[in-house]
Amino acid sequence: MNKIWLIIQREYSSRVKNKRFLILTFLMPLLIVGLIAASAYLSISGVEHRNIAVVDPNGFIKNSLKNTNQISFSFPNNIDTNNYTQKGFTDILILPSFEKNKKADYILRSKKSMGLMLQESISNKINSAIEDQMLQDAGIKQSILDSIHSASQFAELKAYEDKGKSSKESNAGLAMGIGYASGLLIYMTMFIYGAMVMRGVMEEKTNRIAEVIISSVKPFELMMGKIIGIGAVGLTQFLLWIVLIISLTSVAMGFLPSDIQHQVSSLQQSNGQMAGGMMQASESAVKIYNIQHTINTANWPLIIGCFIFYFIGGYLFYAALFAAVGSTVNEDPQDAQSLMFPITMPLIFSYIITNMVTQNPNTPIAFWASIIPFSSPMVMMARVAYGVPSAVSYWELALSMITLIAGFIFTTWLSGRIYRTGILLYGKKVTWKIMFKWAFKNS
Amino acid sequence: MDALLSLSNLKKYYATQKAVDDISFDIKRGSIFGLLGPNGAGKTTLLRMITGIFYPDGGSIILDGQPFNPIEDIQKIGYMPEERGLYKKMKIGEQALYLAQLKGLSKAEATEKIKYWFKKFEMETWWNKKVEDLSKGMSQKLQFVITVLHEPKLIILDEPFSGLDPLNANLIKEEIYNLAKKGATIIFSTHRMEQVEEICDHIVLMNLGKKILDGSVTDIKQQFKENSFVIQTDQSVGIKENAIFNTMSHIENKIIVKINPGYQSNDVLKYLLQENINIVSYNELLPSLNDIFIHLVENTHATARAFQNVQN
Repeated sequence: MNKIWLIIQREYSSRVKNKRFLILTFLMPLLIVGLIAASAYLSISGVEHRNIAVVDPNGFIKNSLKNTNQISFSFPNNIDTNNYTQKGFTDILILPSFEKNKKADYILRSKKSMGLMLQESISNKINSAIEDQMLQDAGIKQSILDSIHSASQFAELKAYEDKGKSSKESNAGLAMGIGYASGLLIYMTMFIYGAMVMRGVMEEKTNRIAEVIISSVKPFELMMGKIIGIGAVGLTQFLLWIVLIISLTSVAMGFLPSDIQHQVSSLQQSNGQMAGGMMQASESAVKIYNIQHTINTANWPLIIGCFIFYFIGGYLFYAALFAAVGSTVNEDPQDAQSLMFPITMPLIFSYIITNMVTQNPNTPIAFWASIIPFSSPMVMMARVAYGVPSAVSYWELALSMITLIAGFIFTTWLSGRIYRTGILLYGKKVTWKIMFKWAFKNS
Repeated sequence: MDALLSLSNLKKYYATQKAVDDISFDIKRGSIFGLLGPNGAGKTTLLRMITGIFYPDGGSIILDGQPFNPIEDIQKIGYMPEERGLYKKMKIGEQALYLAQLKGLSKAEATEKIKYWFKKFEMETWWNKKVEDLSKGMSQKLQFVITVLHEPKLIILDEPFSGLDPLNANLIKEEIYNLAKKGATIIFSTHRMEQVEEICDHIVLMNLGKKILDGSVTDIKQQFKENSFVIQTDQSVGIKENAIFNTMSHIENKIIVKINPGYQSNDVLKYLLQENINIVSYNELLPSLNDIFIHLVENTHATARAFQNVQN
């Protein structure tokens, strides 16, 4: 045991002291925040403006077609497909002569092709303009129409989960987000740290230090020391990220104007209602309060607890397999690629299932994928985000955890047997068939 | 005989080869022992069983009077494999410390011993360097230090001089003698016969997984001598055919002869004196280990060891 501890220490400290670890740990959160900010900025600033000339022979929808900040419609005279660009328009829309209850083609011609979203929104605009026009023709006044349109914004759905007597606000969007994010994070870390274990084993083998060490410790101790040491690196990284994110958000909150901070805290005290209407909360304070309120609807202790469990379990499950592959590789890293395939396939497949499960947590495939240890770390996280026991019952969670533990004990045993033969074997190309022979033959 | 290590009927069979096939020998305490054999003879497999990396399929290993226990006896053995390996990115001092601690030394003990050896081999400035900064010979020295650091009773060196310049090779050679004098037993595995002749007291020659020769270097040479003599004359002379000996080679003043059965070395001298040839020197030609090695291993197809089916 003492020797495993020495190996763990070396694996851990040689990686944590590495510059790459520090850069990755501190730049990753900044990179993620930067990416979000950049994509938000691009989605605001990158919108192109379309100036569309409409040829409307009947003048049927001239009054009902509404402009937005992205699209403006105009109805110039003497325009056709040959001269619309010269007159400063980006597109030309040609309406057919309108007949009631009949489908017709509306032709849009552009110099620059138009995105699908924009086409859809133009098509919606034309249809609602026709609808409005027909309603007005039937005798409904414009003012009444406007008030009906605004009524479509009145209802706001708030979902609650029933838990015995009490009920708790639930938020499917948040659950989906958490499920997706934690599934993705586990998927990425399985790959990153699994590959790190594999490279470490390959390094020891190709460096030939494996033989020196194996004359001092058992192969299994060397393998486990490496797996545990690198796993500890992964946990350290998560911990640092959590600390970094919490401190970054609180720093960001500190930059808010003091009156907004004050309003947010009074909103928190009064559960979302401004006390006595004394003071009207500003729009941004309400937004911040709503975000905080939504985040608080999730069962964070459960999610974080499960995340740590599934990260460790999934990591041990896959890292052992990666170590086995690493031990069979000779000088040629190409061999690793083909041997890794049977490990990466279930990982990628599980990720695809996770994407489905984030939207639909209770299908049979979601159930089975969250029990089978190949996929359970990712899929179960996506389901747990929807709540225990409302989406996942306690026995399902327990069964999933037990099969994962049994799974990683099995893969560790299997890999230990492959590893002890593979690590000292040079010059022989190893296939999965040979690896199974090593694992299951008696000796 | 006080044997530190004794192997009896040791076997290790792979799926397609009998790598080590029923090998027995003893190694005297404090001796320098040579384990010889062509490539693929099973030397490395045998050494790996002695170091506890492999479990034998049959037979027994007695180390220091007790059945060998791979876990307990790690500290008694220092093994320098043929393919050297160190962590390239790790600092040399930390690396030596780590490997010594894996052998069971405490941190303080290990530090003290590393300092002693580094000073002895003038490696003190290396502590904070990385292995990738070292030349091949330098990392060889480091590997040797790591092997003997924990003062093992049995030191196993697989080709310890490959890649070393004569100066550093001598340094290591001296150290091997020193360690043997202090009581350590050294197993020395190599193909370099001239080194074996120079260093080893006792050798075992392996071929195709079996022991084919076992004895002290002088005994073996006596055993394989072919009654050949080297004669130096003061000038180039002609030698007629005669019944006493055959001339094997005759280059200027140097004649190598092989005495025919039934005659003694003095018969040659008598004949030469009768012929009135001036002799400057007259020596028995003992075969070199190299010759013996080639003689024994040739024609066994050891250069391309065939795969065979092994029935366990």
